[in-house]
Amino acid sequence: MSGRRRADEAENALQEIGVAVIAQGAVETPTEKKEASAKDEIQAPWNVVVHNDPVNLMTYVTMVFQRVFGYPRERAERHMLEVHHNGRSILWSGMRERAELYVQQLHAHLLLATIEKAA
Amino acid sequence: MEICRQSEALEIRELDPFLAELLRQIPESVNPKDSPAAEERLFSAPASAEEQEFRAEWKVYVVPELRRLFQSATEIVRQDLEQLHCTKKPFANCTLRIPLAHADAWLNALNQARLAIAASYNFTENELCDHFRSPFGSRRDLGLFQVNFYGFLQEFILRETSACPDEG
Repeated sequence: MSGRRRADEAENALQEIGVAVIAQGAVETPTEKKEASAKDEIQAPWNVVVHNDPVNLMTYVTMVFQRVFGYPRERAERHMLEVHHNGRSILWSGMRERAELYVQQLHAHLLLATIEKAA
Repeated sequence: MEICRQSEALEIRELDPFLAELLRQIPESVNPKDSPAAEERLFSAPASAEEQEFRAEWKVYVVPELRRLFQSATEIVRQDLEQLHCTKKPFANCTLRIPLAHADAWLNALNQARLAIAASYNFTENELCDHFRSPFGSRRDLGLFQVNFYGFLQEFILRETSACPDEG
């Protein structure tokens, strides 16, 4: 990936968050993301992993998962609890570039997130 | 101190001078220049050490964008905090009004401050969970109180904004 492209993607990812701010944090419907993610998952397996952090509030982490991935509250809470109890949770799997964008968004919310090759 | 939701804002009333001062310290607390640990936490690595090239590109292209985003949130908070400088009597309680449109900036800035302080003092998980710790004996104790106080505000903002009907 070229540097310029990465810079553009970084800006776009953060603009997405800006839009969410203006829209008062409306949670996106997960339908479109599910379709896109299903296609991505077939093509290349990279995981978006969130790691435990004793400072971030559980309610805040849940809210971030809802916003970034469009997950319903129950699923977001399940991932949050997995992070809390197991130290990490795989939030999403799929194409690398999409995974990188998710990690950017999670870092913008100050969560400890990484990408890693799926086993 | 009393916190309540008005139609388009969150109000912190009867804010005593000590807590007002802690709030005024938010913009200063998020600046991790003097603390490599805080800098490392706010701008953490996006992959394991094996991904050297990706991590290097991230530092060049993504970290500056994140820094800009964090500074933007902090600036909004700084402007809201100007209200606390208008008190006619120096030791009087005051009121802080946070517009709901600024809620995300506050969540971000409070989180930056909490993470930076916790990283700077290397607080353990046990310390962070000890909400009955005795009052301050050191700057470190004050730091822990700041982390908890800012967390309390975050919880309130999250609760009130998630209760907003147009936010899903």
